Amino acid sequence: MTVDAPPAAAVRQRTRRNIELLLLVLAWGLGVLGAYQVTLATGEALPQRFWVTTAIVGGVALATHIVVRWRVPYADPFMLPIATLLTILGLVVIYRLDVAALQRAERADVPLPTPDVYNQLTWYAIAAVLFIVVIVFLRDHRVLQRYTYTAGLIGLVLLILPLAPFIGATVNGATLWVRIGGLTFQPAELAKILLTIFFAGYLVVHRDSLAVVRTKFLGIGFPRARDLGPILVAWAVSLGILVFERDLGTSLLFFGLFVCLLYIATQRKSWLFLGALLFAGGAVLSYLLFGHVRTRVQIWLDPFAYSDTGGYQVVQSLYGFANGGLFGAGLGRGYPELVPFANTDFILAAVGEELGLAGVVAIILLYAILIERGLRAAVAVRDPFGQLLAAGLSITLAIQVFVIIGGVTRLIPLTGLTTPFLSYGGSSLVANWIIVAILLVISHQARKPPMPATPAAQVDAATQVFRR
Amino acid sequence: MTEFALTLLRLAFLGGLWLFVIVTVVALRKDLVQPREARPATVPARPAKTPKPPKPSKNGRKASGIKGPALVVTEGPLNGTVIPLEGAQITIGRAPDSTLIINDDYASSRHARLYPSEGAWVIEDLGSTNGTWIDRTRITSPTVLAPGVPLRIGRTTMVLER
Repeated sequence: MTVDAPPAAAVRQRTRRNIELLLLVLAWGLGVLGAYQVTLATGEALPQRFWVTTAIVGGVALATHIVVRWRVPYADPFMLPIATLLTILGLVVIYRLDVAALQRAERADVPLPTPDVYNQLTWYAIAAVLFIVVIVFLRDHRVLQRYTYTAGLIGLVLLILPLAPFIGATVNGATLWVRIGGLTFQPAELAKILLTIFFAGYLVVHRDSLAVVRTKFLGIGFPRARDLGPILVAWAVSLGILVFERDLGTSLLFFGLFVCLLYIATQRKSWLFLGALLFAGGAVLSYLLFGHVRTRVQIWLDPFAYSDTGGYQVVQSLYGFANGGLFGAGLGRGYPELVPFANTDFILAAVGEELGLAGVVAIILLYAILIERGLRAAVAVRDPFGQLLAAGLSITLAIQVFVIIGGVTRLIPLTGLTTPFLSYGGSSLVANWIIVAILLVISHQARKPPMPATPAAQVDAATQVFRR
Repeated sequence: MTEFALTLLRLAFLGGLWLFVIVTVVALRKDLVQPREARPATVPARPAKTPKPPKPSKNGRKASGIKGPALVVTEGPLNGTVIPLEGAQITIGRAPDSTLIINDDYASSRHARLYPSEGAWVIEDLGSTNGTWIDRTRITSPTVLAPGVPLRIGRTTMVLER
């Protein structure tokens, strides 16, 4: 340590907001270029609302940037542009699929479908509003720690809400929607944020006892039997989601998140080992007991044997990737609409076909940078709750990206999760933008220069004792 | 629209996507080496902003008798304890894994931490019950600890020495 270095107050930390603005402009330009290309390649006329729509997208992106400049100037400069670019790419691909559906309906002479892209645009605007609300009102993420148990309770209620009578809805075999009036919502998307807050708050308090080592086996210290409670509860809850809601993805997400946070909080590898063991047990059990899990695994092992039935989607997506090749067929030049649910679960197949390996790798790199920046905020922030919260939110994104991209490319069995930011779907978009907002607040707290000591009012409180 | 123009557009889109990735990675790299770059820029500003080293620290230096910065306990059960500061953070509290273990009913198990930040030492309260005090002020956010200013946690008073 250099003794005569200037004190922290003298060093002005760079905020790097201009690079953020530059990247945002680039992202917007890419969106305009992509949408324009779709119109040209598919031979459609430029929609009347084209320039209005792109201006709205640019305006929303600019609004988020201005709020970040105003409220969290020291926040990470890369997360916002990456999230914006992914959202815009999603809008372009959804627009492209809308055009495909429109042309198909015209050929078949059936009523024209309503385009999805304007819905998604509305959801982007709503997500941006919530993003701004979080950044403006959540000055310090440590406030969230006070709501540890409230967040846990609400999160759990949201998880089981789709099972409630009247409002719960089953779509395509999975019960994870809530329908109120004409609006449908996936409460699990919000639950993942609330449960991350709960896990972080809970583990900050209890990590000392969970880190106690009882026995050593194979060089890994194992915890005491009575400390196994929390991990068993998390396991049971995620199995419950699997059984009652038939939602493999959410189930995997919650258990993986809890085990990762347990490992980060206690630094004991044994939790990873135990988690893997429980996961393997649960996986074998559900394979033997539940038909829908078995079908997924069989399709994964040999999709072409089921290419007319359950494997159709995966097979079409593989053909799409093959057709895309290295540089893709070009936006508007592929057949991504042949994959069922191309705009939600299988949006990456559409990207793979029209932008090729080059595009898919770029998108995976963007996710990797986004997650790395989140984990960097976790390392840089000073309070243990903030560390766990930032790490947990980044891991949520990481698991989700891995599970869905792995499923679409047939690396692992397919589980229905949305591709963060890209997929069509309001709940997912809103939830992921809230995650980015919280991560930005945490990284602002981590990177802002410490306040110099201020001669505060002389309060004779030196002998005061506070007891909780 | 000719096929050629479409191909150009297609490559321009992919190129733009990768340009975004590359600009991000280059800027990220700059972020990693930022502290080294930032230092020379602040040198001219230093004489104006650096506070003069307080004199009381000289007396303390004799008491501790070690080189480099150190945290010296000047009051309380651990009076006379010297913790050399070697560039890594130290933690203060009742928890047995703290660097400075204070056995005091008025201290929390993870009470505060002292860490280096760009040449200065910054004290941060980790959500303790009874607070961390610099002079007679309870700190609410990470605060630069100037040498010679008494830092109080529970019944223990400490002083940073250069």
